[in-house]
Amino acid sequence: MTVRVIPRLEIKGPNLVKGIHFEGLRVLGKPEVFARHYYEEGADELIYIDAVASLYGRNSILGIVERTASETFVPLTVAGGLRTLDDIRQVLRAGADKVALNTAAVKNPRLISEAAHKFGSSTIVVSIEAIRLGKGRYEAYTDFGRESTGVDAIEWAARAVELGAGELLVTSIDRDGGGKGFDIGLTRKIAEAVPVPVIAGGGGGAMEDVAEVIGEGAADAVSIASLLHYHLIRTLPVDDEAFDAEGNIEFLRRRGGNKNIADCGLGVLKKFLAGKGFDVRPAEGS
Amino acid sequence: MNVVIIDYGSGNLRSVAKAFERAAGEFGLTVAVTADARALSDASHVVLPGVGAFADCKRGLEALPGMAEALEKTVLDDGKPFLGICVGMQLMASVGREHGRHRGLGWIAGEVVPLKPSDTGLKIPHMGWNELFFSSAHPVFDGLREGAHAYFVHSYAFVCEESAHRLATVDYGGPVTAAIGRDNMIGTQFHPEKSQATGLRLIGNFLGWKC
Repeated sequence: MTVRVIPRLEIKGPNLVKGIHFEGLRVLGKPEVFARHYYEEGADELIYIDAVASLYGRNSILGIVERTASETFVPLTVAGGLRTLDDIRQVLRAGADKVALNTAAVKNPRLISEAAHKFGSSTIVVSIEAIRLGKGRYEAYTDFGRESTGVDAIEWAARAVELGAGELLVTSIDRDGGGKGFDIGLTRKIAEAVPVPVIAGGGGGAMEDVAEVIGEGAADAVSIASLLHYHLIRTLPVDDEAFDAEGNIEFLRRRGGNKNIADCGLGVLKKFLAGKGFDVRPAEGS
Repeated sequence: MNVVIIDYGSGNLRSVAKAFERAAGEFGLTVAVTADARALSDASHVVLPGVGAFADCKRGLEALPGMAEALEKTVLDDGKPFLGICVGMQLMASVGREHGRHRGLGWIAGEVVPLKPSDTGLKIPHMGWNELFFSSAHPVFDGLREGAHAYFVHSYAFVCEESAHRLATVDYGGPVTAAIGRDNMIGTQFHPEKSQATGLRLIGNFLGWKC
């Protein structure tokens, strides 16, 4: 069984963005372009997160999902602003394979069981975005890291699985985008508390961090954003067609990297993990 | 002629359709996603996808007027190539034992039973990329190498009564059925529509299959 390496693409309007601790979103390019590139490099799955849908209740992501699903043939998970069974149905109808629920599931946990019953457990991922409180305790947040809930993240993880979540996406908000490494404690506590696969996310700043969260953190899969995105914007020829001039594009024009991120390509990362003794799927192209 | 993908409310139907659309043009075929049993009369190939629980999927299929009869006629009598995917493959069994005991289509003798890996450290569902091992050569596997990775998501597995019907296995704490078939029908526990080059190759082979 291979460990899955999953590029995580946060989307605002038409653009791929990346922030730090979920804030200060910079435009990096067009999500479809990045998704296609990662697919060809051997991404095991793709995750799209509509970064602002929860805040404004809008759902502009369907067209992007539709185009991506026509060009990439690995599992595609879509998250962000999904509140009802009908929202989920729409995303699946656009070509997604799974959906990830956070805000709406915390507010109404029955949505998890209803969705699992309707679409199958394996279609329903529960996304847990957590902040470390200290002493091994973590609190779940909603609305893309903006709202505290008072809910213990580890207890919530176990409950979400009881309700029918087929998989958990666990993201450390305080580590996100910082490049200081994943929150190993958070990942490991949740991976040990639930019988379903756990995707770790938030904080990968180097290839060694990814190996650590798989080995020490017991993650079944890793979602990665900055590490891959910063590499791609440095190496991919970017023209003005590659993004829509909406949001903060100055960063992209400068083709900046991030000094805290030792960015790398997906193929190189997978080879590195294989070299560390992890079972990974070799890139086969398409 | 149409590749008919049966729409009975299963989860990632559109995702399946997109993979077939990509391959169908090459064969001069179009893809029809439909809940209408009459569409099967014009089918060149029939695909039964499936995500969810065995009994729910069976009920969903039975809820489509005339579909069960049309499927039997097209696949069993007319011998059109048939592909069942995931729960669509499991439905080909005589019996499914997920949340009770339920009758399947009964096309391939066997039961669908809970996965019980010998290594208790392995998680259920079996989710992710795992290697295929082929028990026998088959035109639909043409060009796929032993050990090719395919994408799996399942908690139950097909146990064939006749070993000749088991065409491929995957190792998950012991051998688990990855593909079944006989005559003009084939079923995959994995998702070819999500298995990148390996899956697209299999879909192309299926559409070119002269059975």
